[in-house]
Amino acid sequence: MQEKTVNQKAWFLVLPVLVLVAFSAVIPLMTVVNYSVQDTFGGNQFFWAGLEWFDDLLHSERMWNALGRQLAFSAIILAIEVPLGILVALSMPKSGFWASFCLVVMSLPLLIPWNVVGTIWQIFGRVDIGLLGHTLDKLGIPYNYTQDFISAWATVIVMDVWHWTSLVALLAYAGLQSIPDAYYQAAKIDQASRWKVFRYIELPKMAGVLMIAILLRFMDSFMIYTEPFVVTGGGPGNATTFLSIDLVKMALGQFDLGPAAAFSIMYFLVILLISWVFYTVMTNLDRREGK
Amino acid sequence: MDWMAWTWPTAIFFLSIAGLLIIFSILAIKFPETPRTGILRIETTRGDRLFITLLGSAFINLGWLGIVGAHQPYALLVCLIYAFAVFRWV
Repeated sequence: MQEKTVNQKAWFLVLPVLVLVAFSAVIPLMTVVNYSVQDTFGGNQFFWAGLEWFDDLLHSERMWNALGRQLAFSAIILAIEVPLGILVALSMPKSGFWASFCLVVMSLPLLIPWNVVGTIWQIFGRVDIGLLGHTLDKLGIPYNYTQDFISAWATVIVMDVWHWTSLVALLAYAGLQSIPDAYYQAAKIDQASRWKVFRYIELPKMAGVLMIAILLRFMDSFMIYTEPFVVTGGGPGNATTFLSIDLVKMALGQFDLGPAAAFSIMYFLVILLISWVFYTVMTNLDRREGK
Repeated sequence: MDWMAWTWPTAIFFLSIAGLLIIFSILAIKFPETPRTGILRIETTRGDRLFITLLGSAFINLGWLGIVGAHQPYALLVCLIYAFAVFRWV
């Protein structure tokens, strides 16, 4: 039998991608690391600062508060969007005209650009001309997202839920559709309750796509910038200043490149860690399912 | 070095990471391995363990800076112990 020759030359075909990634990701990231240990007063003049910015940030209340708000925001929207998305997916028709209709309607919010979503909610929530703001005001419920911290948080959370629950619902729906009828028939023979069908058939079968949904939603909410920036601008005070809003304030508002670079690196490390955990859990789930 | 305001410490940092990647690539070609399952109960290859080591080391350094705040090079010693533990048991 003739032995198969091993030819590694195909690896050269990967070169263009490597070059592209180098210029779009690796070199900018290296620049950020480079800036994080230096100080500049403009004019392309840099001075060595060592670990000063990291030290400052680790002891800065501002950064920890922004991180706290960010984690709270991500936790709240995940706690709402995931169960709600599953519920929506479970109540969607399985086939026919209405199934397609629901799919189209569900995907509509996903097609709207972030800044437009922000503008929609900014106007919707205004007490003078917005439908939501005006109605709440007339009902006697104190609501003003520019002055009241609870109103501002409620608005950004409801906005995110409105914008992204469909994504979770669509993914969960795809997971549900892949369950063969035989599973339901077996459950019927065993006289399993609706809850048991969900707990032991639907939920395990959806686990993979739900992990993807949670990962996507977590990452996206952890990096959220445009919507709260358009609606509240990070206010009132610093109430909705999430990590990326704070970072932009630091980097572009104050032009503190060094501290902003140090901030970016820590932000990046947190995201990298969480992505890795999610990725590992997901690949292990797949392996256990024997995919 | 003037280009993009590079400094020697950052250059050395990236050169050591690049060096590690090259060494591990050569190792992967010369001595292919099968993934193994360690104490984290996840399958890891040498490359995975290197990633876990580097990411963990970044957090160890930040933790040291935030909690101890002095003698930063000692954090590297902790990183080396951590690296040994990751490559031995993970």
